[in-house]
Amino acid sequence: MKVTVDQKKCVASGQCVLSAPGVFDQRDEDAIVVLLQPSPPDGLSEEIKQAAALCPALAITVED
Amino acid sequence: MLGRIVVVGASAAGLTAAETLRRRGYDGELTLIGDEQPHPPYDRPPLSKQVLAGTWEPERAFLRRHEELARLGAGLRLGRAATALDLTSCQVRLDDGDRIGFDAMIIATGVTPRRLPGSDLAGVFVLRTLDDALALRTALLAGPRVVVVGGGFLGTEVAAAARGMGLEVTVAEPQPVPVRALGDPIGALVAALHHDYGTRMRCGVPVRRLHNAGGRVTGVELADGTMLAAEVVVLAVGAAPATRWLAGSGLPLGNGIECDSCCRAAPGIFAAGDVASWYNPRFGTQMRLEHRMNATEQAIAAAGNLLGDHRPFAPVPYFWTDQYDTRIQAYGIFPADAELKVLSGDPADLRFVVAYGRHGAVAGLLGWNAARELRELRPLVAEQVPWTAVTATAGLGAPAAR
Repeated sequence: MKVTVDQKKCVASGQCVLSAPGVFDQRDEDAIVVLLQPSPPDGLSEEIKQAAALCPALAITVED
Repeated sequence: MLGRIVVVGASAAGLTAAETLRRRGYDGELTLIGDEQPHPPYDRPPLSKQVLAGTWEPERAFLRRHEELARLGAGLRLGRAATALDLTSCQVRLDDGDRIGFDAMIIATGVTPRRLPGSDLAGVFVLRTLDDALALRTALLAGPRVVVVGGGFLGTEVAAAARGMGLEVTVAEPQPVPVRALGDPIGALVAALHHDYGTRMRCGVPVRRLHNAGGRVTGVELADGTMLAAEVVVLAVGAAPATRWLAGSGLPLGNGIECDSCCRAAPGIFAAGDVASWYNPRFGTQMRLEHRMNATEQAIAAAGNLLGDHRPFAPVPYFWTDQYDTRIQAYGIFPADAELKVLSGDPADLRFVVAYGRHGAVAGLLGWNAARELRELRPLVAEQVPWTAVTATAGLGAPAAR
């Protein structure tokens, strides 16, 4: 699966880190999303889909 | 067997509910009814921020691309309002006279902005829809003096956006501080923030009436006789759950649609988002939230429960507001009688996390320009850690002058 994030849309809620901590992180200075794994293993697919669904800024896109 | 599900409301909660039903394997008939035309479903938080400020084109706030909506395999009845619900025949009536039968329903009709008596005047605006935001933006571009009535989250965000356009802006708030739902010390910090950016805060005096000349607003008169001249007045005085179409339906209506802990209002009828009041077992209280993330979370929960999950919805509420250069985020609840303790940073540095304690436990957390620290402290609310187990790192006095 392929994950992309839009740092300009991100509102630093950190929901993605709560849902999938190994895939997403937040920048130190302003907590904007950082993508740690653009092509994560399929085993993380549920967590990543939850992160994308919960993101209040719609800043995460997932393609199977 | 469920073969026909109707979702009423096509904004964040309604759309998420419909998508969740499909993702969970529901392959029967699905109808999504939304009363806003001509726009496809869109997101609301950017309306009072980027869309109003003009940094985003409206399309950027759309929730889904056209293909994504098509993939839903739902009958989209956009531009149609539901006008009545008959629970005996299990039918919903639309404003074009059509009736749609259903086996189960999710209601996500949101809220409607409150207005003030005598406010039906040119130059007076509310902000709920994309059209509201675009109309207000057009008016702001003419360079008016602006009075925002109501210093809650929406009012203060609108004030910040208008001030960012270089306009003369006054916020009129009857309470002693703005965003008082977060407690007086935080409200005082928000007032100071606005003051720093040149927005006037007139707190502690209610509005008496609006003045007009020939049907166009000319200003706002406060109860102490003060006259605030304005060419544009924005009413941000709260919103009421959009339940009028449910009158006489037999659904329990109070502060919104009254649901149980599984977001269920009646057999087969669920509610989600701003319109839904439900019992949150984590906090042991009935609540209704007008927060963006709750729309998504509750829609996922309600759709799951419609499909038979029987899982109480027990979220840690989350919201945020962006004003000028400041981002305020919060988890949990913020009771008026809560005690406050700073747990990280220092309010004097305008980067801190403060905890709200009630009944001997942490009930809420608020981060001021401290997103990462706040997220890391979230378990304190989720697990309702004893109040005596958290230690203040700084006082919560008046902010230092900037």
